[in-house]
Amino acid sequence: MQAMGGRPNVFPYLLLLPALFITLAIVAWPLLETVRLSFTDASLKPTEEFIGLANYEKIFSRRFPEVIGRTFYWMAISVTLKMVVGVLGAMLLNSAVPGRGFLRVLVMPPWIVPIAIGVFMWRWMYNGQFGMISGVAQHLGILAGPYEFLGDRTGAFYSTVVTDVWVGTPLVTIYLLAAMQSISPDLHEAAWVDGASRMYRFRRITLPLIMPAVATMGLLSAIWTFNSFDIIWILTEGGPRGSTTTMIIDTYKTAISRNRYGEGAARAVMIVIFLSSFAGFYFYMLSRMARRSLKNDK
Amino acid sequence: MINKYRWWEIVGIYLGIAVFLLFLLAPFLEAFLVSMRPLNRINSIPYKIITDNMSFDAYFTMWENVPRLGRYIWNSFFIATCVTLIVLVAVIPAAWAFARFDFKGRDPMLAAFLAINMVGGAVLIIPLFQLMRNLGLLNTYLAMIIPGAAFLIPTAIWLLRSYLMKIPRELEEAAWVDGASRPYILWKVILPIAMPGIVVVAIATFIGAYAQQFLFALTFNSNSDLHPLPVGIYQFFGRQTVIWNEVMAASLVGILPVLIIYIFLQRYIIAGLTAGAVKE
Repeated sequence: MQAMGGRPNVFPYLLLLPALFITLAIVAWPLLETVRLSFTDASLKPTEEFIGLANYEKIFSRRFPEVIGRTFYWMAISVTLKMVVGVLGAMLLNSAVPGRGFLRVLVMPPWIVPIAIGVFMWRWMYNGQFGMISGVAQHLGILAGPYEFLGDRTGAFYSTVVTDVWVGTPLVTIYLLAAMQSISPDLHEAAWVDGASRMYRFRRITLPLIMPAVATMGLLSAIWTFNSFDIIWILTEGGPRGSTTTMIIDTYKTAISRNRYGEGAARAVMIVIFLSSFAGFYFYMLSRMARRSLKNDK
Repeated sequence: MINKYRWWEIVGIYLGIAVFLLFLLAPFLEAFLVSMRPLNRINSIPYKIITDNMSFDAYFTMWENVPRLGRYIWNSFFIATCVTLIVLVAVIPAAWAFARFDFKGRDPMLAAFLAINMVGGAVLIIPLFQLMRNLGLLNTYLAMIIPGAAFLIPTAIWLLRSYLMKIPRELEEAAWVDGASRPYILWKVILPIAMPGIVVVAIATFIGAYAQQFLFALTFNSNSDLHPLPVGIYQFFGRQTVIWNEVMAASLVGILPVLIIYIFLQRYIIAGLTAGAVKE
């Protein structure tokens, strides 16, 4: 609205002021402060000293690389499962069967209820003695006796993945469903007239057309999964014996549970470096898509 | 019309949907069943889905046996409401600025706001903790409200900006030509027209604020009187005897408000969540 103004415009900046103030104080400044702290020996003691790269040398000489590897593995499995389950769910809910409107409503609850409370329920489900999964599996003869899902390293690792998939799937499903619904029915009808089977149409029409949405959602979902804290903390606090300690959990334990702020900050900086590369990739992808759609419009 | 499903395809689709929804809803079902069991049946072996003497007793006894339960639920509401109000006050003018004004640095700033979405609160927990300590906000509501609001601002700006961009600018320009000041235009022209969009943003923010109450409360608050429900319940887990049926009943009561909001307003919520999917 350039017409509304005339002189050099300070007004829009004034409008941004409240939002800027909060986000600068709570996100931007802490981000810079984390970087600064990572070069110090900050802890509970009142003074802190600049110690150069010592924190980074320290964490990389320990088991940190293992934690990075585990974090990426955890994220990769979880995001892949979310996307596969999400595409399948969206495809099923996109079929023209009676009652689909109601069935779609039932997808969202895991996403909208407080994450922590959802995870409390999972913690009970994973209980070997009294939980539903172990109980039903025993009835069906899949398990011979009670199995404590969070009790051993492998079980705990995949249990946290499953709960993370549970929290993330609804949004992926609904997002992909919206993308599927925006595909023009004419395309399907034209292909159908030419004798294309349903499976063939899904592979050659639906799937390619929702790919941009799958890519966008996959990357966003990777970023959120990388940041995931509540789920692992409530289920296992990173255990047993470190088997579910991702970078976030590791940072939190170092900084908050052990009060080693400097060392924790160095771990946080590593997270920020990975997140920035995801974010850079995300923005690159968005701008490429925007350019392509401009070209198509011409 | 396009080829119809054969009967076995329909059966397959419903079966698939059933499995899919079972995965998404099983924890709720389990929590409900546990909340209905008498305490001495919860730990019964072998596992039974339906046990004897199921009742709603836990929903009545929990108010006495889970100390401060009502308080936790109230805290959750209070925190989420304050977060929503702060977000609205910050976001309405900001979204208007991004939607309508040309100014230097607009696009980079918008991108910077979106980039905030990529950093979780846990990454920044050390300086945030120090900030709250230095401001003397540890163990206050504000320590849970302010960080909560900051992380919800970006999405809210994005949602409201796309809504405001659809409002014809002639309305504002007409008011401007008539000599109305810009704050007046925001208050008297934009606000009323944008109300439906603002309501959607407010609902989405409230649900987000209600859903995220864990990390900040766990880290910045150790005063049990101020805890939101998730942390309140979490603190029971370490105890010797957990009254599981009542804990599950309390969890279900705690999620009921958002479920009710969702059921009544799901069309708007889903529209808001998927705004980017159709045309990005």
